[in-house]
Amino acid sequence: MSDTAASNDGEDATAVDAEEVRHVAELARVRLDDDEVDEFAAQFGDILEYFEALDEVPETEREEDLVNVMRPDEVEEGLTQAEALSNAEETADGYFVGPKVS
Amino acid sequence: MAADHNAFITEATIEGDADAEGPLADATVAVKDNISTEGIRTTCGSEMLADYVPPYSATVVDRLTDAGATVVGKANMDEFGMGTTTETSAFGPTRNPVDPERVPGGSSGGSAAAVAAGGADLALGSDTGGSVRCPAAFCGVVGIKPTYGLVSRYGLVAYANSLEQIGPIAGTVEEAAAALDAIAGPDPHDGTTRDLGEVEGADPDASYAAAADGDVDGLTIGVPTELFEGADERVVETVEAAIADLEARGAETTEISLPSVEHAVQAYYVIAMAEASSNLARFDGVRYGNRAESDGNWNESFAETREEGFGAEVKRRILLGTYALSAGYHDKYYQKAQDARAWVRRDFEDAFADVDVIASPTMPVLPFELGESLDDPLRMYLADANTTPVNLANLPAVSVPAGEADGLPVGLQLVGSKFDEETVIRAASAVEDAS
Repeated sequence: MSDTAASNDGEDATAVDAEEVRHVAELARVRLDDDEVDEFAAQFGDILEYFEALDEVPETEREEDLVNVMRPDEVEEGLTQAEALSNAEETADGYFVGPKVS
Repeated sequence: MAADHNAFITEATIEGDADAEGPLADATVAVKDNISTEGIRTTCGSEMLADYVPPYSATVVDRLTDAGATVVGKANMDEFGMGTTTETSAFGPTRNPVDPERVPGGSSGGSAAAVAAGGADLALGSDTGGSVRCPAAFCGVVGIKPTYGLVSRYGLVAYANSLEQIGPIAGTVEEAAAALDAIAGPDPHDGTTRDLGEVEGADPDASYAAAADGDVDGLTIGVPTELFEGADERVVETVEAAIADLEARGAETTEISLPSVEHAVQAYYVIAMAEASSNLARFDGVRYGNRAESDGNWNESFAETREEGFGAEVKRRILLGTYALSAGYHDKYYQKAQDARAWVRRDFEDAFADVDVIASPTMPVLPFELGESLDDPLRMYLADANTTPVNLANLPAVSVPAGEADGLPVGLQLVGSKFDEETVIRAASAVEDAS
């Protein structure tokens, strides 16, 4: 954790600029207008600064009490094709129609 | 009337089984609008799903109607459960029936307001970081957040799967417990539900309603200093008086410390946002949900659909979750949050070696005024300080009215060990008897 601790002694550590907000929005496929970008950049700075306190958390052994849940692979009744398509904006010949690829 | 408080997004009926007998026969129930109802639109409080009509009902809805309860409507909520006030709903805010200038809490604010205003006998909410307990506290009603795995999430539109549970809200502890009796139990459609017959120490024949007997004689109540520090003085006084009432009824109290909870809100938001960024990726306008008119390719079309369909708080959480999981930040935020989660869980386990239940204010504040916290997301997040540790530790908890301060309801939160819903229900019913 030394490298993050070292970069953690000023406001710069959590300041978020508009470019970073645009980059993350592109990764998440959410278009933002310019006002939203500026607003989010300011808010994210505050929120990420608050998250910085997680640096104080000691490494903790995680004893996950997990078991696999299995069932026999048998054919069961499910949604009909018509039901599955019933909320789609556009369908054709029993398929979903998505936007063009390029 | 509930309509004046904007408690419902859709008023529609699913008749309960008329032949059913038992405590839910003829009861009316409001269902949070992120819980699927066959043939009745299920919006999640979002423009994205404004016209979405599920082709099937959630397991909990079937179980309630089988027990005789009639669904009377779909309750308003913060968009996709993301909020503490029910103000992020695309269908307008719900007002608190106790004081219409104040928020009902959230995210299940419509559910709690419907019960408080008499629009329904019972309600279902979902609790990811306090979303059942917070509105129950703010509206002066009872809310139960069950142990993770007690209640099926099949048909619940996912926000943060590792944290959320569906839970009941009602006017009394016994009514809420009776609803829990109906909805609890394993479901083959949800692999995270547990069969209590296979859980060590759990009682597969538990009757939660019967546990609401008010008997706290000999019960040990842990009072964690961390969950009182920083809370509004009026809230602290009201909660301490309710705890004193429990002592008068034979319970013992002991001060305890849960140092990890100081990091619970940060850990909760990192984990919830990370899971949300993944879960909400499904809303691309192709299989369901509103699609933007777009001439662009699929990346552009998805981005425009999501710009139009999501409100500001949902975008914020998707983006922050994406950020926290992105290259270079995953270890700094997500891994540390998982460490904090494990630490919180261990803290509670250690505490329950010595006490039966843990008591605190449900919310550290009185209900906000409408609009007060909307432009300051961090301030809204901080209000979840006492509720989020419970979700991180997968534990059961109840919020029960402790009294009033300045004419506004104050909730007492009682947390129990895993699958020990009976003890928190018993303790909560004693609080109710005393007030």
